[in-house]
Amino acid sequence: MTAQTVENTSSTQVKALAPIAWKFPIVYSILALVSFVFFGLIGRDGETTFRVATGGDFFAIPDFVVSSTAAGLTLGILLVVMAAASIYLGVKRISVGSWFPMLFGVLFVISFLAWAGGGSGGVIPLTTLLAGALALSVPLIFGAMCGLVGERSGIINIAIEGQLLAGAFLAAVVASVVKNPYAGLLAAPIAGALVAVILTFFAVKYWVNQIIIGVVLNVLVVGLTSFLYSTVLTEDPALWNARQKLPNLPIPLLSDIPVLGRVLFDQNILVYIMYVVVIALQIFVFRSKWGLRMRAVGEHPKAADTVGIKVNFTRVRNTLMAGAIAGLGGAFFTVGSGLAFGKEMSAGQGYIALAAMILGKWNPKGALLAALLFGFSKSLGNTLQSIGTPVANELLLMLPYIVTVFAVAGFVGRVRPPAAEGVPYVK
Amino acid sequence: MTKVFGSFVANDHIDLTIEPGEIHALLGENGAGKSTMMNVLYGLYDADGGEILIDDEPVKFAGPGDAVAAGIGMVHQHFMLVPVFTVAESVALGYEPTKNLGLLDIKEARKRVIEISSRFNFNIDPDALIEDLPVGAQQRVEIIKALSRDAEILILDEPTAVLTPQETDELISIMRQLKEQGTSIVFITHKLREVRAIADSITVIRRGKIVGEASPDSTETELASQMVGRAVSLTTEKDDADSGDATFQVRGLTVVDKAENVVVDDVSFDVRRGEILAVAGVQGNGQTELAETIIGLTEPRLGTITLDGKDLVGESVKDRLGAGIGFVPEDRSTDGIIAEFAIRENMILDVYDRQPYAKGLNLRPKVITAEAKKKVDEFDIRLGSVVDPISTLSGGNQQKVVLSRELGRELRLFIASQPTRGLDVGSIEFVHKRVIAERDAGTPCIIVSTELDEVYGLADRIAVMYSGRIVGIVGPETSREALGLMMAGVPADEALAATADSTTDATEKTQSAATAAPAADDDSATTSAEETE
Repeated sequence: MTAQTVENTSSTQVKALAPIAWKFPIVYSILALVSFVFFGLIGRDGETTFRVATGGDFFAIPDFVVSSTAAGLTLGILLVVMAAASIYLGVKRISVGSWFPMLFGVLFVISFLAWAGGGSGGVIPLTTLLAGALALSVPLIFGAMCGLVGERSGIINIAIEGQLLAGAFLAAVVASVVKNPYAGLLAAPIAGALVAVILTFFAVKYWVNQIIIGVVLNVLVVGLTSFLYSTVLTEDPALWNARQKLPNLPIPLLSDIPVLGRVLFDQNILVYIMYVVVIALQIFVFRSKWGLRMRAVGEHPKAADTVGIKVNFTRVRNTLMAGAIAGLGGAFFTVGSGLAFGKEMSAGQGYIALAAMILGKWNPKGALLAALLFGFSKSLGNTLQSIGTPVANELLLMLPYIVTVFAVAGFVGRVRPPAAEGVPYVK
Repeated sequence: MTKVFGSFVANDHIDLTIEPGEIHALLGENGAGKSTMMNVLYGLYDADGGEILIDDEPVKFAGPGDAVAAGIGMVHQHFMLVPVFTVAESVALGYEPTKNLGLLDIKEARKRVIEISSRFNFNIDPDALIEDLPVGAQQRVEIIKALSRDAEILILDEPTAVLTPQETDELISIMRQLKEQGTSIVFITHKLREVRAIADSITVIRRGKIVGEASPDSTETELASQMVGRAVSLTTEKDDADSGDATFQVRGLTVVDKAENVVVDDVSFDVRRGEILAVAGVQGNGQTELAETIIGLTEPRLGTITLDGKDLVGESVKDRLGAGIGFVPEDRSTDGIIAEFAIRENMILDVYDRQPYAKGLNLRPKVITAEAKKKVDEFDIRLGSVVDPISTLSGGNQQKVVLSRELGRELRLFIASQPTRGLDVGSIEFVHKRVIAERDAGTPCIIVSTELDEVYGLADRIAVMYSGRIVGIVGPETSREALGLMMAGVPADEALAATADSTTDATEKTQSAATAAPAADDDSATTSAEETE
């Protein structure tokens, strides 16, 4: 055969080879049909009120009242159209940006809310829903930032859970003893960093499998804080474990914006620190000398070594700093929310933070959005529980975890973690 | 300079002097200690004895940073580039120009790349991602990296191992340019042709010791003899093929990897009995996947693989081995052997459950040992005992164990990927002889190789692969530069026409190919990027 014939036949076949990506169109279609049939056609009669205003607003926005069935039908049709569009685009092998799934998700959630609120004449408090979402996301966001700084440096940090818990514990105790919530805020990062010290000591010095140390550390922190809680803290709660709350510091003007102003800019200092951390990381990871070196060490440590970068020192330093970030996140459980320390109060949020980091593809911005999604789903569960819907409470409690599993398993697409993560650097 | 790893002396009192503005070749076989020495020189390893003098000043390197500060730059055999970085970022890493707050001054970094790139006509886009660049361009990025730190001594460690013949010619002209501008170059290689083409002086290393200087005018045979330490013949002797029926056929074979990239693209060929088909091409153009698909490690998306009239697609690897396929994998240490297993166990990895090695559920250690000893004699394997772990053997002897396993039974097809990679010249000779003996016994053979010398030494026909396709199948008399063009994706007839009027002298060959190549190289540069990775 000649080379020419090979070329001619191959170019046509290659196109036919790439299989159509059916995953998304199928998911869209199912959700659209659920929305159209259950929320629309056989939906519940009655009206749903979306309450935007809260007491003391600068200017009040009237409640937004819709007929549950009409909203279900309208949104259902919109979703069906979008699902059809996704099938068409899939067959033509045209890929669309991330706005498509986001818009679809938002429409589906609104349609669901309209259905859930109907019948019982329920009121959906939008502002409370969103504020709850942000509050529940704060530890997740701090945790995800901690994870991504560690992994971008090449150290897998499963111990985020332990760091959150340690931060929550130390923040509560210090704030209680000093009788000042801000003292707790200073103590929390130290607790997180201490956990990271153990992690890096074994990971970098003794090349122990990082996932194993991380899991062990989580168990260790749970054991240690529970022990101290039941021996010391319960002895004299007034001294050791009194509630302290960071006061809200509304930002003038910004906090007067309806809905979002209330949600975003009438918060305590910890939430503002979170904004700064996320924005700073988004800039510094990708555009600074520190970030460049960190990514080099996490991707190809030997290359970094050959240009005189101290690989292990960089890893240790960044992981300790990341631990401090996670510790801050832990402070939100106690001084951030005005609660006393309770046993195992981090309740697995560290693992959800890891999921947020992966779903966000190791980018601060992406991890932020992912953490907000998880926080929102949890807040949604809480809100629906309080207004009373036909869905069983247990199912609502599962909601954030179902969202996590589906998001990480199905919708991540091709992700590429830092190439050298988890691999000790041995000269 | 001396460097010891455990009980193994990698460098034994080596003295080396590099003059300013000279190209000094360090010639030696794989494992002779060339790279170790240069890693000591670059501060990556600590020396166990000896000293380094620059301009008669003793210097001490605690790490590569010190070596770079002293004006030493190194281009490693495996590039030290972060795949997800841009060119500008890669060059800046470690010596970052910064603005306030430690933010990168990416403009300045880009300027540095453009400046050096244009000085040497490198044609490198500072914003391109490293992983999108073809290997030759990545190498130029490495050179820019070294030059941007004002390197006066540039160490190139096996720089041509990953390049097409045309890219090699480009590299040689870059080296000449650098030399004109006063840079000293240490050129580490085991390829004799290149040494003769470019070096000003040659130092030959064998088993960690300097065995002598050589002049660039020495013949290849002289250099090879000095490198190996005994007389060697560089040409493989074989009779013309006495080929029979085409019992092995591949038709329209298309293989897709996990990321849906087409890695083998509509490949069709025949191999006749008593014939060696060499599959040539630059690493990463689908040869590995082709070999693995034939043995059954990968299932094709389309196409058929027929051996003795039976379609093998869908059959298990075990069935294919049973059908008489012998397979020597590309990466001996991970796919060819099990390092912790004894030598005799490694010899029966594919037949452990058959007569006479097994009876019912039991292995028969006596038979296994006796057969292993027979093979040790037959294949001239140098070892202590057949019950030692195979990891105690040298690479050459490990490969002989693999060959003894794969060639030790009646075969209907023999496939070997890079059968002599990393072997010393003596072992290469032996492997080639065995392969030719297998051919003469009537077995169709497929040899996948990136070394043109090996391709010429063995092939009865040469199939050149580029970007997953077979660009053409040509005879062994095809010139080196024509093959080089085909390896860059130029169709066979065009490549043959383009090189028809060139002379046959080996050194002039490379020159003429360099002038004929640019057009072909430009379009290959863009398409081969993902494949070469």
